[in-house]
Amino acid sequence: MSTVPLTWQVRSPAKILPWTVPLILILFILPRALDPYGTILLTYGLLMAIASIGFNLLLGYTGLLSFGHSAYFGVGAYAVALMFKYWHVQSMELFLLGAIIASVVVSALFGFICVRYTRIFFGILTLALSQVLWSLAFKFYEITGGTDGLRVPTPTLLGIAIDPNEDKILFLARNYYYYVLGFFLACVLVMWVIVNSPFGKALQAIRDNEIRAEFIGVHIRKYRFVAFLVSGVFTGIAGALWVVLNGLTTPDILYWPFSGEIVFMSVLGGFRTFTGPIVGAVVFNYLKTYAVGATVYWQALMGAILVFLVLALPAGIVGTLAQVIARLRHRFAR
Amino acid sequence: MNLLQTNKLTKHFGDTRAVDAVDFTIGEGEFLALIGSNGAGKTSLVNVVSGLLRPDSGTIVFRGADVTQMSVHDRIVAGIARSFQLVNLFDQLTLLDNVALSIFSREDLTRKLLSLADHQKAVWEEAFDILRQFGLEGKATQLAGGISQGERKLLDVAVAYALKPQLLFLDEPTSGVSTREKAPIMDVVSSIVRSHHITAVVIEHDMDVVFKYSDRIVAMHQGTILASGTPDEIRNNEKVTTTLIGAAHA
Repeated sequence: MSTVPLTWQVRSPAKILPWTVPLILILFILPRALDPYGTILLTYGLLMAIASIGFNLLLGYTGLLSFGHSAYFGVGAYAVALMFKYWHVQSMELFLLGAIIASVVVSALFGFICVRYTRIFFGILTLALSQVLWSLAFKFYEITGGTDGLRVPTPTLLGIAIDPNEDKILFLARNYYYYVLGFFLACVLVMWVIVNSPFGKALQAIRDNEIRAEFIGVHIRKYRFVAFLVSGVFTGIAGALWVVLNGLTTPDILYWPFSGEIVFMSVLGGFRTFTGPIVGAVVFNYLKTYAVGATVYWQALMGAILVFLVLALPAGIVGTLAQVIARLRHRFAR
Repeated sequence: MNLLQTNKLTKHFGDTRAVDAVDFTIGEGEFLALIGSNGAGKTSLVNVVSGLLRPDSGTIVFRGADVTQMSVHDRIVAGIARSFQLVNLFDQLTLLDNVALSIFSREDLTRKLLSLADHQKAVWEEAFDILRQFGLEGKATQLAGGISQGERKLLDVAVAYALKPQLLFLDEPTSGVSTREKAPIMDVVSSIVRSHHITAVVIEHDMDVVFKYSDRIVAMHQGTILASGTPDEIRNNEKVTTTLIGAAHA
């Protein structure tokens, strides 16, 4: 047996600590530097990043472009709202458990149908199925509240309830921020392990060459289904975390433009990199917030940014940065 | 002893009889060449036997077991692997990843979702060793999409070889490469296959390659087997000479 070349190195969490630890520290310190509004904006960005990395398991690693991830996000959010409405649940941990179960059921059902197809057929099917959920949320007023939506109060976090005298905004900007940050870090770690696991390698093989993957013995449909399921669950968790922060869920988050936003986030950050969708989600959140504040034509502005992005930075923010760094390294190495 | 036997194997595409009631056998340890003009049915026969296409009728028996209705996955587990005429690789992955994926799959490790692939040191060592056997170790960490056609051809075979098959189909392993590159590629492939006692079926158009490397040659024409024999027998077979070799040299 030969020794594997030195350029090949074992990836382990320890190897990426030098750049992840400072980032995590910054995320821990940021609420002290930001005002509550700024922290809440960042919280939205972090929880959308969970949805974005979930989505990117399909797009970036399996080669499947879903236009229906609003469905799993909405299922997570509505699961929380319905648990409160019908069972008066107030524990965030139970909310998350319910959201995970609901998103497993829905993504298993949708995944069973969708993974039989690829490319445009897969995209259209995911879009159509998410629209079915949107129409149910829209029409079943008695259950879902229709366009009025459903309200969700601030739940207990790890059994600790908000003090009746405490400002809700401050509670969300402090306690809830750290709660979401904890989930964000856990989700990023789990997803990082998944994409670097033998299973993750098999997904990348399916993405690159489906026929060859089949001829090395990979069960294409089964693996796509598992990826779909994991992706749906991550997005469902994000939906559950979002609805508590937002305090209200409406059918808007099940509508197809919301799926488009999740696609936008991954493209913005760079779907060919692991960190791209995370950066994309956070940046998109700020972009949208400031665009909405700047002009009533904010959709046109966001559209223009997307067009610019596709034409000028096809690799996304992180992808382009990586290319620039690689070029600089190459230049200095000479 | 026959490793593989097809009985009246048939595959039609509309009115075209791509494989027409073919009785084909290959003995254990043979290095067999499948020859024939374009459209003779060579690739279709390999596609049916490897599971890419379903036969219309007939049976495929591999090591005494009927594999006709088996999935591609089950055929691979049984010991049948193949490379492709148009190179099929995982272009965005490194050469090492390409070969390691076959090993992960062979060892049923691709189901592992929550453990790092890089911690499977034995897999990477074996993958690197295979690359070394194929002379590709210097490019182990390069992306498969960025190497030359000749190297891609070798990697294609290496990926199939990493499955440790008993029967390996090589669909035109030297197509699309320069005449100068053909012999080195076939030298490497032939030496690895023979030294590991792998039974190989090579589809090849270059008759110099066919006569030099194969133990037995099967000539196909219009979906049927025209002749079968040693290189010398085929070289002196009038039917083959007239129909295939003559045509090729015309």
